Amino acid sequence: MIDWGAIFGNAAVELISPTTAAYALAALGLAIHFGYTGLLNFGQAGFMALGAYGYAISILTFGFPVWGAVLVGIGASVVFAIVLGVPTLRLRADYLAIVTIAAAEIVRLLFTTNTFNSVTGSANGLSGYKTEFAALNPIPDGTYGFGPFEYNAYDWWLRIVAWSVVILACLLTWQLMRSPWGRVIKGIREDEDAVRALGKNVYSYKMQSLILGGVFGTLAGMIFALPRAVVPSNYQTSLTFFIYAILLLGGAATILGPVIGSMIFWVLLSFFSGFIARAVEAGWLPFMSSIQAGQLRFILVGVAIMLIVVFRPQGIFGNKKELAFVK
Amino acid sequence: MSSNIVPTSKPVKSTGLHIGAAEPGCAKRDPILVADKVSRSFGGLKAVDVDHLEVPRGAITALIGPNGAGKTTLFNLLTGFDKPDTGTWTFEGRSLGGVPAYKVARMGQVRTFQLTKALGLLTVMDNMLLGAKGQDGESLVKSVLPFLWRGQETANEAKALELLTRFKLDTKKNDYAASLSGGQRKLLEMARALMSDPTLVMLDEPMAGVNPALTQSLLDHVLNLKSEGMSVLFVEHDMHMVRHIADWVVVMAEGRVVAEGDPYEVMQNQAVIDAYLGKHHDEDLGEDTENVEAMKELLDDEL
Ligand SMILES: Nc1ncnc2c1ncn2[C@@H]1O[C@H](COP(=O)(O)OP(=O)(O)O)[C@@H](O)[C@H]1O
Ligand SMILES: [Mg+2]
Repeated sequence: MIDWGAIFGNAAVELISPTTAAYALAALGLAIHFGYTGLLNFGQAGFMALGAYGYAISILTFGFPVWGAVLVGIGASVVFAIVLGVPTLRLRADYLAIVTIAAAEIVRLLFTTNTFNSVTGSANGLSGYKTEFAALNPIPDGTYGFGPFEYNAYDWWLRIVAWSVVILACLLTWQLMRSPWGRVIKGIREDEDAVRALGKNVYSYKMQSLILGGVFGTLAGMIFALPRAVVPSNYQTSLTFFIYAILLLGGAATILGPVIGSMIFWVLLSFFSGFIARAVEAGWLPFMSSIQAGQLRFILVGVAIMLIVVFRPQGIFGNKKELAFVK
Repeated sequence: MSSNIVPTSKPVKSTGLHIGAAEPGCAKRDPILVADKVSRSFGGLKAVDVDHLEVPRGAITALIGPNGAGKTTLFNLLTGFDKPDTGTWTFEGRSLGGVPAYKVARMGQVRTFQLTKALGLLTVMDNMLLGAKGQDGESLVKSVLPFLWRGQETANEAKALELLTRFKLDTKKNDYAASLSGGQRKLLEMARALMSDPTLVMLDEPMAGVNPALTQSLLDHVLNLKSEGMSVLFVEHDMHMVRHIADWVVVMAEGRVVAEGDPYEVMQNQAVIDAYLGKHHDEDLGEDTENVEAMKELLDDEL
């Protein structure tokens, strides 16, 4: 018989997992880019890779403290954003899309190539950079929590830090988007020439948006790296597309959309993979090998997201009224 | 349709704006904008080729000419939205060559667009507030500290509401701009431009596509700009309206300024009649019947 309790328990765990937090933060960065400013950044995976590698290399190769490693990651993504933005932000929107998708792949391939193996670990990636972060943990050793949410002190520490960063990023974005700065940003999304005609330096605002959303992506990359190893194949273009799916699911120009979108995405993914694995075991899907079944979960998540989008095309938190005017 | 539009108050025309004969490129007593040898080509087509042009201060100047005469292109060049192949121009004595569009706007020379650019998914009020200059809250750092900009914001809101009331859009202030009619969007675009207290307002076809009921109030608003001390340069096809409100008329054809003068005299000018009906009469007729008709109508009027 299928153990529904375990399936639901494992799915519920994803609600507060650090990976969910990382995807939420990366999607919030894309909300700033795409939802609020109208910038088509298809290289969010590149920003995440810079965060993960920037952090890991700083600690492993240079022996930096945690705060130093975080600053290195942020610095790398600011430089990356400027390099991407300077040539493209004066041009039509689609140039940024092309350049970001290519640049993110270049970043990933640079981390994959054997040339820098001693620093990047090439295709095998990096691990063993967690002790510094664990050393900051104020929680006494032991196991805490209830039901499926029972973790040791390190796992709680990681979750608390990850979600604190997400909450702070949400509050910052919320405050920005209700300020005159956010008004200019949203104006640029609607028609940048009109905003220019009103005396705003559109190029500078687009750059600020690209940097801010990119830094969110970088912080997300660090959070994503802490529960696992840094492996270059994690930062493929498909990662960017998953984050876009999360963003559109939650609502592109919203604060909570990316967070709830990420929770739904990971809970559904865990639920379906648990369900399918057990259904195969129980002989419910005799026509499938377990490898085929492993792929099936993505199909089911896709279908679930499609259903949500069909019934709430503006995303879960999106404003229905806005949709009436989409050209 | 447009012939029955008469401004509610009879406009007071400014006269004595020019020095010497009223001919293309003639000097003005007090020019606010001066352009020299400004040209712009698209491929082989010389869209703008203006030898000399002065726009008078404190007056309403109409820029007319058949479709494709280069009026919009000239607007784009003068406001920094496009780069000319040659030429220099000054606004209030300051050279504007190579100055980006947003800086031109900050200097007090604001424009509207032929194809209206209301920011659809912003509310009418947010559209207005975006027009205000020198906002502290528009800096990324200060924006997160509301106490630094709340006061300014409240003042701007009051000012916006006053303008919206004047433009009869105050009841719509919380609606998305996308829900406005075409004419209301034109009004909003104009009101938004006024939020920055400009000195020169450049309107590209402010009446195009506006329903006749609103044309009336748009006319009054343009006249108001002048009475508040602003200079206006506007592109318009409707000759009746040009005659009613313009103090000075500049006529363009095929990229050049072919005539200048006060609105009554300039219509008699042979170059103007040529521009609309003349040399390319047969070709133009197809795409530009509206202009030709307006011109004929007007000539009938005069005779
Ligand atoms: N971006 C452009 N590319 C190519 N040709 C253009 C462009 N903009 C304007 N033109 C051409 O320049 C000429 C002047 O156009 P425009 O300034 O829009 O005229 P008007 O506003 O007086 O009707 C037209 O022949 C038009 O086709
Ligand atoms: Mg035009």
